[in-house]
Amino acid sequence: MDYFIELLFSGLTRGSIYALIALGYTMVYGIIGLINFAHGEIYMIGAFTAFIVATVLSIYGFPLLAIVIIAGVAAVVWAASYGYTIEKIAYKPLRHAPRLSPLISAIGMSIFLQNYVLLAQTSDFLPFPRLIRDFPFMEPIAHIIGSTDLVILVTTVVVMVILTLIIKFSMIGKAMRATSQDRTMATLVGINVNRVISMTFIIGSSLAAIGGLLIASHIGQINFYIGFLAGIKAFTAAVLGGIGSVPGAVLGSMILGLTESFATGYVSSDYEDVFAFSLLVLILIFKPSGLLGKATNQKV
Amino acid sequence: MLSVENIQSGYGNKLAIKDVSVEIGRGEIITLIGANGAGKSTTLMTICGVVPCRAGRILFEGREIQALPPEEIVRLGICQVPEGRHIFPQLTVKENLDMGAFLRRDKAEVKKDIDYVFSLFPILAERRNQDGGNLSGGEQQMLAMSRALMARPRVLLLDEPSMGLAPLVIRQIFEIIRQINRENNTTIFLVEQNANQALHIADRGYVMENGRITLTGKAQELLDNKDIQKAYLGI
Repeated sequence: MDYFIELLFSGLTRGSIYALIALGYTMVYGIIGLINFAHGEIYMIGAFTAFIVATVLSIYGFPLLAIVIIAGVAAVVWAASYGYTIEKIAYKPLRHAPRLSPLISAIGMSIFLQNYVLLAQTSDFLPFPRLIRDFPFMEPIAHIIGSTDLVILVTTVVVMVILTLIIKFSMIGKAMRATSQDRTMATLVGINVNRVISMTFIIGSSLAAIGGLLIASHIGQINFYIGFLAGIKAFTAAVLGGIGSVPGAVLGSMILGLTESFATGYVSSDYEDVFAFSLLVLILIFKPSGLLGKATNQKV
Repeated sequence: MLSVENIQSGYGNKLAIKDVSVEIGRGEIITLIGANGAGKSTTLMTICGVVPCRAGRILFEGREIQALPPEEIVRLGICQVPEGRHIFPQLTVKENLDMGAFLRRDKAEVKKDIDYVFSLFPILAERRNQDGGNLSGGEQQMLAMSRALMARPRVLLLDEPSMGLAPLVIRQIFEIIRQINRENNTTIFLVEQNANQALHIADRGYVMENGRITLTGKAQELLDNKDIQKAYLGI
């Protein structure tokens, strides 16, 4: 039973990270109908920023909590500015181009960013400082759920609640929903659509950066390539839940995380990706629009 | 108040409107009638800055606005209810109205205006928490007009408000258009295929064919015009 619960929590932890990334995919898709393949790289850049800032600060002997906060803020700001800039450079000029063009531009951006970090940093795995220490009060249940898992889960829940409140009640959130439902009409009521799109990229990138920071301190190492697999998995989760749907992205991520975790625990870790992608294939066969997605006949 | 001078615009390399001039005075109701594809909707979209104006000028109270971004044009008080209503389907009725007031910061006045549009269309008050997409066609038209009113427009552009509605609902909508014009002194620019009804509430009318204005005059003159009767009124 303990083993089952351990796998459950590890699945939810994975799911949380996927969710933080998947939200960026799904929100951007909801607004401009583009699959932002460079999103995984934003997550990687967030992790690298946190790595650099945290390493420097720990050399100067900052207290742990201060390091976590400063590194977190730096990662969010830096990743958000990348997300913002990428949209301006690689997608905005192609706003009225055929749908394939921005998609190719996104793939190009992804390759560019990977190689840019490879050249600017290194191709080796870098040890990520342990930002989250074991809490003493977690001692009795440490064999079931680790302190990092707890921090990841709690952070994700808090972030999701804030995001939901923003989308549901704030003016920018309503404007985002309006823009995703009818862009022409959004323009006609005076919403600056370009600003809404930028805002979406900023929010999505910030979430990915938080995910990057959390997972890097969980796993303990990073390199320039971590964005690729995480991006693909999160994208899978977004499609699973129904791309364009915010609750769908969270649900899809949790299902994906749990599937991987149980597959690893009960079958073999070699098969974790097999199970994850088989699940995707099954969902796409039986419910092509994803679990919570709306049925559309749009071509990608 | 609003004068459109020899504008041209279109999509891609096709010109949808070739030479359109329209003059609208404060508090007037004017109507633009014409067949499908004559360029009526494009004219409205060009005034709103959604379709770029390629030549000519658009003046609002003497100021050139053809190069302004759409949100600045809305801020000046030029609001459109587009053809097909364009309700945000997954926003509630109340949220749709909030979007109409997107550029306004005077919360108390916005609340008053919500009460005002609910008094114009009591059915919307009943449905305030329903998704816009679940309303009937007539209710959606009422919501679309209410949403535009939430911006406190000085000029209201209405594109085919009667399209696809039952005769009784059409009569109600036209009655409300007149009421809005009377009560708030809102200038109305009405685009219609339903020429008969439109000319009956309008002060003046313009007839559009193939991207050009071909005829203009007092609404009564147009109603009496033999060619118009034959082409647009089915008499």
